[in-house]
Amino acid sequence: MRRPESCLLLVLALVAAPIHADGSRLLATGGVVPVEGGGGGGIVPWAVLSGYGSETEAGGSVTYSRLDTDDYAVAVYAAAYSWDNRLELSLARQEFELGTLRRLIGLAPNAKLRQNIVGLKYRVTGDVVYTPWPQISLGVQYKKNLDPAVPLAVGARDDADFDAYVSACKLFLASLAQRNLLTCGTLRYTRANQGGLLGFGGDGGTGRELHAEVAVALLLNRRFAVGAEYRSKPDNLGFAREDRWYDLFAAWFPSKRWSVTAAHVDLGSIAGLTDQTGVYVSAQLNW
Amino acid sequence: MRSAPAAMFFLLLAACVGAPPQADDALYRDLGGTAGITAIVDSFLVELARDERIIHHFRRTNVERFRRLLIEQFCELAGGPCTYSGDSMALSHRGMGLTDRDFNALVDDLIHAMEAENVPVGAQNRLLALLAPMYGEIMAEQDVEPLAGSNR
Repeated sequence: MRRPESCLLLVLALVAAPIHADGSRLLATGGVVPVEGGGGGGIVPWAVLSGYGSETEAGGSVTYSRLDTDDYAVAVYAAAYSWDNRLELSLARQEFELGTLRRLIGLAPNAKLRQNIVGLKYRVTGDVVYTPWPQISLGVQYKKNLDPAVPLAVGARDDADFDAYVSACKLFLASLAQRNLLTCGTLRYTRANQGGLLGFGGDGGTGRELHAEVAVALLLNRRFAVGAEYRSKPDNLGFAREDRWYDLFAAWFPSKRWSVTAAHVDLGSIAGLTDQTGVYVSAQLNW
Repeated sequence: MRSAPAAMFFLLLAACVGAPPQADDALYRDLGGTAGITAIVDSFLVELARDERIIHHFRRTNVERFRRLLIEQFCELAGGPCTYSGDSMALSHRGMGLTDRDFNALVDDLIHAMEAENVPVGAQNRLLALLAPMYGEIMAEQDVEPLAGSNR
């Protein structure tokens, strides 16, 4: 079995399907699942918890995402479980296919940089829809790079680290063109290079820094949302500049059971290869 | 010449008497007036009756009164020519032991009712925007004993 994760995904999906206990929260209020797992957008963790569980409810999600840029590809297998719309546990496995870079530096044909991420998110206060103040959550992501040889060779200090963040989200009902507008701001304390796929810290900076991330999403109707995200990142590695990330996304929520997301991403320069733009697609199952 | 001020006076008086309680009744009209709001409320009651998550909260509810008050409330909120005659949201929900789950389920049912009645998305969102701020008042006193003799 070359892909144990995809097998696990299938098993979880089959186990999840017969259970008919949709959560009570409103459609689309779980957001989707970003590349690091948990509830959010495509590249930014949001204050919302994944799934649709409310107080006294629990529920989970599994997500497969793939990002293809000019010279790279990343596959993400993610799962999350939330209790009481209060605490979320998330797992993600990222597999970074080096593409052009692999040929340039002469690595084996199937060489990948893999990373595991375990996330915890705690909703401190607020409800994204109902309270006059935003929903505010605190989160940590423990990241462990499983293939640190390349990151360490290019100057990274460590193969594992924590990111910590605080995120605030508010849904404005009947806002722009009488549509509901979600706005999120996230402040992350991190020293991850390219999210950790190129390790943590480096010759150009060793300590954690605060970085801002923002997301906006307009719900055109109950089932369809379009939006944009921005994520500032550290620039710790001397060998190659690291840029901010952007995306423009569209998400479709046919039911609380599943959703699909497509995005145009601009990841800037990655490991010396500039202008990494491409396509992100993601499919999610909830129960 | 003397009749002009008098005519003006009666015109203004008529304007005052005839004016709806709210200057802007755009949402009331977008919801289909009283007939449209009545249809939404009737669909909403069907959704609630089917909803195993929250139907137990309505065991002692006088459905006909509840229906009349919902129509009055939505109509007044939307700028229509109605006056809500029920208790405050805090009083009418006091001590029911409601959770966020109950509140979400109820809003979910209302959205399904508006979808079933083909209410335009913009009008749905504007009504929800008027109802959502009631969350604080409704959820504030859930851990207390309900008032004796309160009529739901």
